[in-house]
Amino acid sequence: ESSSHDTKTTSRIEKILIANRGEIACRIMRTAKRLGIRTVAVYSDADRDSLHVKSADEAVHIGPPPARLSYLNGSAIVEAAIRTGAQAIHPGYGFLSESSDFATLCEDKGLTFVGPPASAIRDMGDKSASKRIMGAAGVPLVPGYHGSEQDIELMKSEADKIGYPILIKPTHGGGGKGMRIVQSTNEFVDSFLGAQREAAASFGINTILLEKYITKPRHIEVQIFGDKHGNVLHLYERDCSVQRRHQKIIEEAPAPNVMNDFRSHLGQAAVSAAKAVGYHNAGTVEFIVDTVSGQFYFMEMNTRLQVEHPVTEMIVGQDLVEWQISVANGEPLPINQSQVPLLGHAFEARIYAENVPKGFLPATGVLHHYRPVPVSPTVRVETGVEQGDTVSMHYDPMIAKLVVSGENRAAALVKLKDCLSKFQVAGVPTNIIFLQKLADHRAFESGNVETHFIEHYKDDLFTDPNNLTRAKETYDNARFSATLVAACLCEKEHSAIKSSLPGTNGLLPIWYSHPPFRAHYQASCTMELEWENEYDGSSSKFFTFSITYQSDGNYLIETEEVNSPGLEVKATLLHDQDFRVETDGVSMDVSLSAYSKDKIKHIHLWHGSHHYHFRQKLELDLSDDNEIQQKTNFETALHPPGTVVAPMAGLVVKVLVTDGTKVEEGQPILVLEAMKMEHVVKAPFTGHVHGLQVTAGQQVSDSSPLFSVKGE
Amino acid sequence: AVSATSNPWRSSKSIQLLQKRGFCLGVLPDGVGRNSEAFAQNSKAMEGLISQLQSHINKVLAGGGEEAVKRNRKRNKLLPRERIDKLIDPGSSFLELSQLAGHELYGETLPSGGIITGIGPVHGRLCMFVANDPTVKGGTYYPITVKKHLRAQEIAAQCKLPCIYLVDSGGAFLPKQAEVFPDKDNFGRIFYNQAVMSAEGIPQIALVLGSCTAGGAYIPAMADESVMVKGNATIFLAGPPLVKAATGEEVSAEDLGGASVHCKTSGVSDYFAQDELHGLALGRNIIKNLHMAGKQGAMNGLHNLNPEYKEPLYDVKELRSIAPIDHKQAFDIRSVIARIVDGSEFDEFKKQYGTTLVTGFARIFGQPVGILGNNGILFNESALKGAHFIELCTQRNIPLVFLQNITGFMVGSRSEANGIAKSGAKMVMAVSCAKVPKVTIMVGGSFGAGNYAMCGRAYSPNFLFLWPNAKISVMGGAQAASVLSQIETANKKKQGIQWTEEEQENFKSKITEAYEREGNCYYSTARLWDDGIIDPADTRKIIGFCISASLNRPLEDTKYGVFRM
Repeated sequence: ESSSHDTKTTSRIEKILIANRGEIACRIMRTAKRLGIRTVAVYSDADRDSLHVKSADEAVHIGPPPARLSYLNGSAIVEAAIRTGAQAIHPGYGFLSESSDFATLCEDKGLTFVGPPASAIRDMGDKSASKRIMGAAGVPLVPGYHGSEQDIELMKSEADKIGYPILIKPTHGGGGKGMRIVQSTNEFVDSFLGAQREAAASFGINTILLEKYITKPRHIEVQIFGDKHGNVLHLYERDCSVQRRHQKIIEEAPAPNVMNDFRSHLGQAAVSAAKAVGYHNAGTVEFIVDTVSGQFYFMEMNTRLQVEHPVTEMIVGQDLVEWQISVANGEPLPINQSQVPLLGHAFEARIYAENVPKGFLPATGVLHHYRPVPVSPTVRVETGVEQGDTVSMHYDPMIAKLVVSGENRAAALVKLKDCLSKFQVAGVPTNIIFLQKLADHRAFESGNVETHFIEHYKDDLFTDPNNLTRAKETYDNARFSATLVAACLCEKEHSAIKSSLPGTNGLLPIWYSHPPFRAHYQASCTMELEWENEYDGSSSKFFTFSITYQSDGNYLIETEEVNSPGLEVKATLLHDQDFRVETDGVSMDVSLSAYSKDKIKHIHLWHGSHHYHFRQKLELDLSDDNEIQQKTNFETALHPPGTVVAPMAGLVVKVLVTDGTKVEEGQPILVLEAMKMEHVVKAPFTGHVHGLQVTAGQQVSDSSPLFSVKGE
Repeated sequence: AVSATSNPWRSSKSIQLLQKRGFCLGVLPDGVGRNSEAFAQNSKAMEGLISQLQSHINKVLAGGGEEAVKRNRKRNKLLPRERIDKLIDPGSSFLELSQLAGHELYGETLPSGGIITGIGPVHGRLCMFVANDPTVKGGTYYPITVKKHLRAQEIAAQCKLPCIYLVDSGGAFLPKQAEVFPDKDNFGRIFYNQAVMSAEGIPQIALVLGSCTAGGAYIPAMADESVMVKGNATIFLAGPPLVKAATGEEVSAEDLGGASVHCKTSGVSDYFAQDELHGLALGRNIIKNLHMAGKQGAMNGLHNLNPEYKEPLYDVKELRSIAPIDHKQAFDIRSVIARIVDGSEFDEFKKQYGTTLVTGFARIFGQPVGILGNNGILFNESALKGAHFIELCTQRNIPLVFLQNITGFMVGSRSEANGIAKSGAKMVMAVSCAKVPKVTIMVGGSFGAGNYAMCGRAYSPNFLFLWPNAKISVMGGAQAASVLSQIETANKKKQGIQWTEEEQENFKSKITEAYEREGNCYYSTARLWDDGIIDPADTRKIIGFCISASLNRPLEDTKYGVFRM
């Protein structure tokens, strides 16, 4: 211990511990390995078999799944670094990355904290304090209240002074957690209390600040970098305006529709901000740009490497993690401001396990099929999961970041759309189709982004059940896809059976020749596929096909629907899940993934830019009698009228009524928390609450019944 | 044996080259003149026969008619062929037998004889399926239904195939009880066979998917394992009406003999199925768990299989253009063989001797076979050659394929003096005693003792199929008419009656007509004198299926009786 302390100043980092998980841990390790630095992972019980653990040279168990007992447990992490002889700790983003206490602890224990000085973290972490410092340094600020006095009445009057709409947010933390927009004075109290609660749960500190809410803002942030020799430069800006639930989903660099002198003003402001707190290492200065006035205001500084840092890396051709390590080693920045190149344009799309139609609620489950697009110099996939992994409720449900770059914005966008359509995930619902729609949107294409983009264009981005033409088109596409599924499934089944035959069985293989033999008729079968429209959440639809094996090996697929002639499909299994299908003179590649869950076979098909999800009842069900009986009961009793089920897996934080209470329609009954986001469960209609058995602190699983409401 | 593909001399291009030079051993020439008038005529005639066959088949595929099918669906029941589709491995083949049993046999139609039988794989294991068709007369057993059921059991016993009975039947057809109930090969034999097969370790599985009344109740009761479907399946010796008549007890069919009663209380059945699909799935599982039952010594050494077999060099569809409809016209059986065997390779045995019988070795789907095919009337030499060849094959455990197109043995003083009866007897002895798998295909005529020597129905070939042009009778219609009119003339002469030329012609034409009708392939197949009529283009495949099914059993040594020398 003491020797490592002694050599610290003279020796370079040879072994690094990454105090994080998921894609960022993997991404940091990748650079570390390239630099010949050995890597140490830490993991909770939930991550025992995770990719970041497998990717590391060594891995240390640090506690149970809840983050506060593992990834937020600074002393356990420091202990792990000392045990394994790591000289440095890289905190990644989130967790302890912006904890000045942790940075201090590291330094105290003789470990290099790969990040800014603890003082800068502290200064910038307190949003009220940071604004004071920024104001003093001449960086423009949004009007607001940043006082430490948190009396609710005072806060309310401050809010009235600034004028509604008002933004409430915790002084500590980030990621949109605990943030609330208040439209009028009578909503203030509820929102304020909720924000306090979330802040306390997430960050342990519940101070709140108030700000003028800018109605048509853009979120533009500047990547800055400083070394320990007082040099600070910026690496241009990123536009992160497209957000849902106050969280970014598509980021790009540089910001579109921005003049060069605006860009340099912004960069200079960011550099001034960093210098004002004596910053070194990677940081991001966030600005809010009022698109109406063209004004920009300082919002906050993130004293860490950010999720979306790869888009900057793409356009400046640098590895920021490498810079971080070299700055931590005490080296000067490798280039100066005038040497920073600007190479084309880059996008990042964040692929989340989430339920888009249910208001982007986080989803959990097993990644039964996971096939990201192949990487290339212009395509990066940052992921921390593999096929078969579980997206658990304990951590952020982000599956991957897809980063693409191109000569210019238009070229990069083409690539983004292509990669999104080829990014295959099955097992958990994802936002991929939503991202595709975003990327496809004409306003996005022209770079007219602002933070209310999704809200503004919701009619285009979400399926409108009243748009019959579009619904019909989607339905027809789904039916066509189902036809391909039917052919591919038959083809696959056939090859699976044939390859599973024992080799020594004589002439047996002739019984499995294709097409199957029938005396004077053609073999046929029926298949029922239920189309699960993941996207608009509308009720599922059924396709019933009759599939006839033609003598030439093609499948004739017919539906019972009138006016839909049969389709002849030729399906060739290329390998495992990839098929070439030919129908009506057109041939194309399709991918098909099938897995079983809860006695249902799930089938996903990707072709062109489409992805469809079908379900098939496992026909020949072999479960024992009791199970079947239960299943039948369960099915019929699944949703008796008035039953309210958990919209997601999570923790019950508050139960607002008691069983038997009379409630009004829309009245909040209980509050669920998952992924540190609160979700209020409301009464579906007026009546009495029945069967309310959950209590605060109880864990509930997705779709489990919470209570029911019985009408008068 | 050197496998065909490993021999560089036998790649298809070099074959053609070598054939031209007359070097290539064993590869048969095409033998078909595609531009000949005969080819066109034969094609056209066969096309007519096949489309006629198809129209008969289409009728029976519809089962017992729209109404009955609808009723069946309403009860959440599948049709028997659909049930079998769900039982066999997905996408696998099914060799259905005697689809036209009962064709024009009774006053009423009885599609497929009211029962579907055939062979298909379940979890990689060939099984015999016997499925009642409840849409045909309520699945009741007519005499031909019984015969078809017993034939399926006979094949199963001979090939040691597990039997799956898909029971949905009202039992014996009472108005015809005299032809259904009492005799040896009647209804009772079904249960006898179940018992005997079970004793031999051949699994007997019953899936009760509908009613199963009276005698029929013994099918599941005698089975090794049985499944019953909730709601649809009932098993009882006497149904509710009979119970009420006999004892006065009023009880519903479900309470009397439903799945619950038999799976929970009586123990008559072993597996309780929630619905038909569940029942069928349970059936598949039973087969999955058979392990080695009935398979003792199945590794029979019969196969000396070449898994890398080649398809015939010539189009199998041309089999539809070879056989002339007029049986008087001869055709070279080698052109048929060339379209059945792997790579059209046929190593002929005694090619120059007894040339009216073609014998030789070949492979079908890699499996060695010995083929006997007719190229004319059987003479002394041909019969001796046939007997010799059969002995070779039994010695070597090579399955036999008979391609019948035979008008009979040579008659006349010279032939008799040469002991044709003796030579014929030798071949019949060899055919009868041969214990290797035997498959007979009638590709043309099958007349007189030729039928015997070429392994007709009486000689228990494992399988026997007809081409649509096949004719079977003791002799040709014209010959029979001539013989009978001579006898009649002699009889009348004794009684001093003269008959006119016209009367004689009338007499003859009646006989010719009867022979024509009774010698027709439909007449045969309706009565189960065969296992079905096939499209000539399917011949290779069907022989493959038949031999595959036949090889499912241990070897048996052949012991011949006394050959008359």
